[in-house]
Amino acid sequence: MKRAPRRTVCVMPAIRSARVRRALPAVVVASALLVAAAVWAAWPESQAYTTEEQVITVRSGPGGDEPVDLDTTLYLPTDRSGPVPAVLLAHGFGGTKESVRADAQDLAGLGYAVLAYTARGFGRSGGEIHLDSPDYEVRDAQRLLDWLATRPEVSEDADGDPKVGVVGGSYGGGLALMLAAQDQRVDAIVPMITWNDLARSFLPESAGANTVDGVFKKGWAGLFFGGSAGIGTDPICGRFARDVCEMYQRTATTGRATPEAVDLLRRSSPATVLDRIKAPTLLIQGESDTLFPLSEADANARGIAANGTPVRVAWFTGGHDGGQGPRSDRDRVRFLTGQWLDHYVKGEGEAPANSFTWSRVAGFDAMDRGLVTNGYSVDDYPGLSGTATERVPLAGPPQPIANPAGGNPAAISALPGGGDLASAASEVGGLIGDLPGQHAIFQSEPLAQAVDIVGAPTVSIRAASPTGEAVLFVKLYDVDESGAATLPGGIVAPVRLTGLPAEPAQARTVTVTLPAIVRRIEADHRLRVVVATSDQGYATPAEPTLYTVALGGDGITVPTVAGEPIPTTAVLWRWVLAGLIAAVLLGLVVVLLVVRRRQRRADSTIREEYAQTPLVVSRLRKEYADGFVAVSNVDFTVERGQVVGLLGPNGAGKTTTLRVLMGLTQPSGGEIYVFGHRLVPGSPVLSRLGALVEGPGFLPHLSGLDNLKAYWRATGRPEADARLDEAVEIAGLGDSIHRKVRKYSHGMKQRLAIAQAMLGQPELLVLDEPTDGLDPPQIAEMRRVLKRYATDGRAVLVSSHLLAEVEQTCTHAVVVNKGEIVASGPVEEIVGDSPSVRLDVSDVGAAEAVLQRLDGVRSVIGDGANGLVVDINGTARSEVVAELVRAGVGVDRVVPRRRLEDAFLSLVGDNSRGSGDR
Amino acid sequence: MSTGTIGATAGYRPGRTLTVWQEWRRQATRRRTQFALGFMILLPLIVLVAFQFDTGGDDDNGGGEFASLIDLATSGGLNFTLFTLFVSAGFLLTVVVALFCGDTVASEASWGSLRYLLAVPVPRARLLAVKLVVALGYSAVALILLASTALLLGTLRYGWSPLRSTVAAEIPAGEGLLRLLGILGYLAVGLLVVAGLAFLLSVLTDAPLGAVGGAVLLFILSSILDQITALGSIRSFLPTHYTDAWLGLLSTPVQSDDIVKGCISAVAYATLFWSLAFWRFTRKDVVS
Repeated sequence: MKRAPRRTVCVMPAIRSARVRRALPAVVVASALLVAAAVWAAWPESQAYTTEEQVITVRSGPGGDEPVDLDTTLYLPTDRSGPVPAVLLAHGFGGTKESVRADAQDLAGLGYAVLAYTARGFGRSGGEIHLDSPDYEVRDAQRLLDWLATRPEVSEDADGDPKVGVVGGSYGGGLALMLAAQDQRVDAIVPMITWNDLARSFLPESAGANTVDGVFKKGWAGLFFGGSAGIGTDPICGRFARDVCEMYQRTATTGRATPEAVDLLRRSSPATVLDRIKAPTLLIQGESDTLFPLSEADANARGIAANGTPVRVAWFTGGHDGGQGPRSDRDRVRFLTGQWLDHYVKGEGEAPANSFTWSRVAGFDAMDRGLVTNGYSVDDYPGLSGTATERVPLAGPPQPIANPAGGNPAAISALPGGGDLASAASEVGGLIGDLPGQHAIFQSEPLAQAVDIVGAPTVSIRAASPTGEAVLFVKLYDVDESGAATLPGGIVAPVRLTGLPAEPAQARTVTVTLPAIVRRIEADHRLRVVVATSDQGYATPAEPTLYTVALGGDGITVPTVAGEPIPTTAVLWRWVLAGLIAAVLLGLVVVLLVVRRRQRRADSTIREEYAQTPLVVSRLRKEYADGFVAVSNVDFTVERGQVVGLLGPNGAGKTTTLRVLMGLTQPSGGEIYVFGHRLVPGSPVLSRLGALVEGPGFLPHLSGLDNLKAYWRATGRPEADARLDEAVEIAGLGDSIHRKVRKYSHGMKQRLAIAQAMLGQPELLVLDEPTDGLDPPQIAEMRRVLKRYATDGRAVLVSSHLLAEVEQTCTHAVVVNKGEIVASGPVEEIVGDSPSVRLDVSDVGAAEAVLQRLDGVRSVIGDGANGLVVDINGTARSEVVAELVRAGVGVDRVVPRRRLEDAFLSLVGDNSRGSGDR
Repeated sequence: MSTGTIGATAGYRPGRTLTVWQEWRRQATRRRTQFALGFMILLPLIVLVAFQFDTGGDDDNGGGEFASLIDLATSGGLNFTLFTLFVSAGFLLTVVVALFCGDTVASEASWGSLRYLLAVPVPRARLLAVKLVVALGYSAVALILLASTALLLGTLRYGWSPLRSTVAAEIPAGEGLLRLLGILGYLAVGLLVVAGLAFLLSVLTDAPLGAVGGAVLLFILSSILDQITALGSIRSFLPTHYTDAWLGLLSTPVQSDDIVKGCISAVAYATLFWSLAFWRFTRKDVVS
């Protein structure tokens, strides 16, 4: 992981050069972005520590003279000024210093010099496994404290006494406790998921019997002792010390412990040395742990607190079966550890509170399918009996149950070390293995209200056995409404009863302390106590026997703790959501207010001089975003009663002008006034305009008539004002008005669009190429309609690229080209006769000579092979023709010319490609 | 209001142009709307018929704890509805919402009728607001139609029984219905992202297909990126990251953390997209 980014950086130039040569800049940019993203994502955070790996040889053993090599890594924080306190970090059983790397980095980040080491018998360290023996492993650790004291980077309490805390989980946790008892230089310890009495852990018994009579936890013992066998030279014992190995072999063979075995395990147990622990202790234990259940931490807590040493207890949902637990748990454990070390080792921060915190599985995370837990806390550690108890009545008759021969088949209650899988499975009730005939059931009625069990419930049973002995497994299930049973933590209470009568009636009552659990039993759920004869995880008698079990009392006592929920970020997120919604609403209100204010302040003044003028366009300019200037400078006026033609070739800027006029686009400069009101997009004065711009626009799924109605409704104006019938008549679509617009021809749509523009008889009608798609009779009809329309003070603006159309329809014309006005004025004036005339003559040279002589001719210009354009000043055309004929020049044609024609035709010829109709 | 009508012709009021009801009717007459809503009714029916072909084969559908939603689909009306929502939430509802929100402005632009609405003049912000409200309205109707049809058919066929899932105990029918409503609510909020994206694209383009398809494609892209765990915490910022958070409503007690985060993400994205849409539309040159 750490090397990956460097590799990526090296690759980048190679990619770049290759791509550049192929001239694919887009690919380069894309890959550069990708590489950058990868580098950014994978770039290691600046390391907060340096590491030193070395093998340290220490001398230990009973005589303190047996050398052993320990593989170590020292993590030193980089930003330290002077010596820093240290943490000795011990790993779990089967691990090495590498398995605690993440924790070491964490602690180094908190400013500690962390010495992680591989315990003897594991990894690259030498020696044999003595199970945290005071003579071996604990003494090794003492020598490491000596070594730490020699390091200049590590601060000291006194000469040879480093400021040091010991942190470790499981095997490492056991070491922390034992070391703190044996070496008073240790300033604080954080033992996690570890044991109090190793003998009791492997030989549990929940009805008060001696440990030597405990039920052998063969599943876990096999993993613990057998898992390391076969490694090294000895295929039986592996790296275990001979005495430990033989103890296990003997016990596993018979399924029963010997006093010697118990003694050996006790030697490796903090239980015997708790009274010597003076280092403040933070005990962290897992709720999903069938190896070292919560009762182990409880025993440690009570034993250490008895000396007056500060002790704090925290439970999380993981453990040897449940792993590290979800993130919320990991964060809490990290916080607690840091706080503990900071105060008791570093000497910073307030003394940690004495409060007890724990968490409870609340369900599944829908997103990552992991467990979700909720944290709780109370002020003082209540132990396993809770702050209160609740008695839940159980019912069930005495039941005969059979011990299977050879202990097989056996119920499966947990998968040792199954991790999240096992815990998830037990959570959903997937690991139920009670076998028929092998278990008795005692069940409660559905609970009236939910019960929060935190601690170890107790239940009394009676048992009878023909052999006088019985090994039983007592477990507590949470049974939901549908009958699905869940075994919290997958944990059971094994009991070995002796001196039992053969007759059930004579059986005495024994109280069984069930394993401590954290579980909320919801209302309407039942509690079910099951007494089984077999369990996969334990060694049971091989003899087939028939027991009888009955309830000893009338129910089960469950401890409860009413804890305060630990606030999580969930609350924060809820506030964020509320804040976001509030901000959005507030933003909306502000925007509305600003808009309204702006509307009120909008220029509502009227230019009095234009108040009666339907349209005044003044110095209009429109430049599009790409820099194209569609209209550079256009001025014109439409007065009441006029039909004004906006004439120009395609791309002259006609449509752009009309777009601005309809409020579809923002002008870049200049103004438009409609009846004296300045026109901007959305101006209310637009309601006095009717328009057809850039072709018709209708809802294709509606009929023509429905389209007109829908359009009028959208204006929000009174229906009577629409004068719908007149519009329909103008459209002249006959019955087709009821057909869907989708089926209309182009001309039909065009007529409907003109009708729509005329709805409500707007005072200014703006039509863009209205005759587009119409046939000649319709064009003629349209001309009449438009002329008639421009009465009663109304006005019409028509755009066209056809001179003839403007000439025949309009009273006034405005000629535009390339975004500028070329000519404007009354049509008669523009289109009327010009003083020039075109003559087709038989002899151009002779004719020219004749014409030059005439007084009334200003200029003569040749036009084609036989043509001449003659500018006559006052002289009658007939006279000119008579002169020519008199001179013997034949005149084929005399064509009077009109002013506009010259200009317009030359424009079109010049500009036939247009500049793109925008 | 008086300032808004200065210079206007008699009877014109900006606040009266293009009402929500008119826009609702404009959209209601469209085949697209009718088909989309019709399919919402048809889908539960098709699913129901498909379940009749159940041969009892034991296919593993994968998907961990939640796969059992499929196995439980026929256990009651609530579970049938849950299943129908489960299969539609990922893609179908996305497409439907993208259709309603992405098509609304772009289709008017492509028909050319947008020009005439603006020339009425319908104020641009009003036009957009009405379009948005109606598009969201139809999206909600689609969601409700789907759920209520499924609930009705499922209850008629499989009975009224508690809501079941393997991640939680049985939830009584009454509370199950509430949970179902909660799921519907969260789905609706989550779909605001698609609604926002599609609406923004609708304003940016004149091609209805481009807006709808673009929104769906971007949504799929986000979903694909969300599958790539290598992206780490960046994934939390993907608009689709919390789409499955409603599954938290199936467990007991309800897991609301991701739902809250999902709501934050959806509201933030939707607000962003809609703000951009309004900002753009009130300034753009309508040249279609």
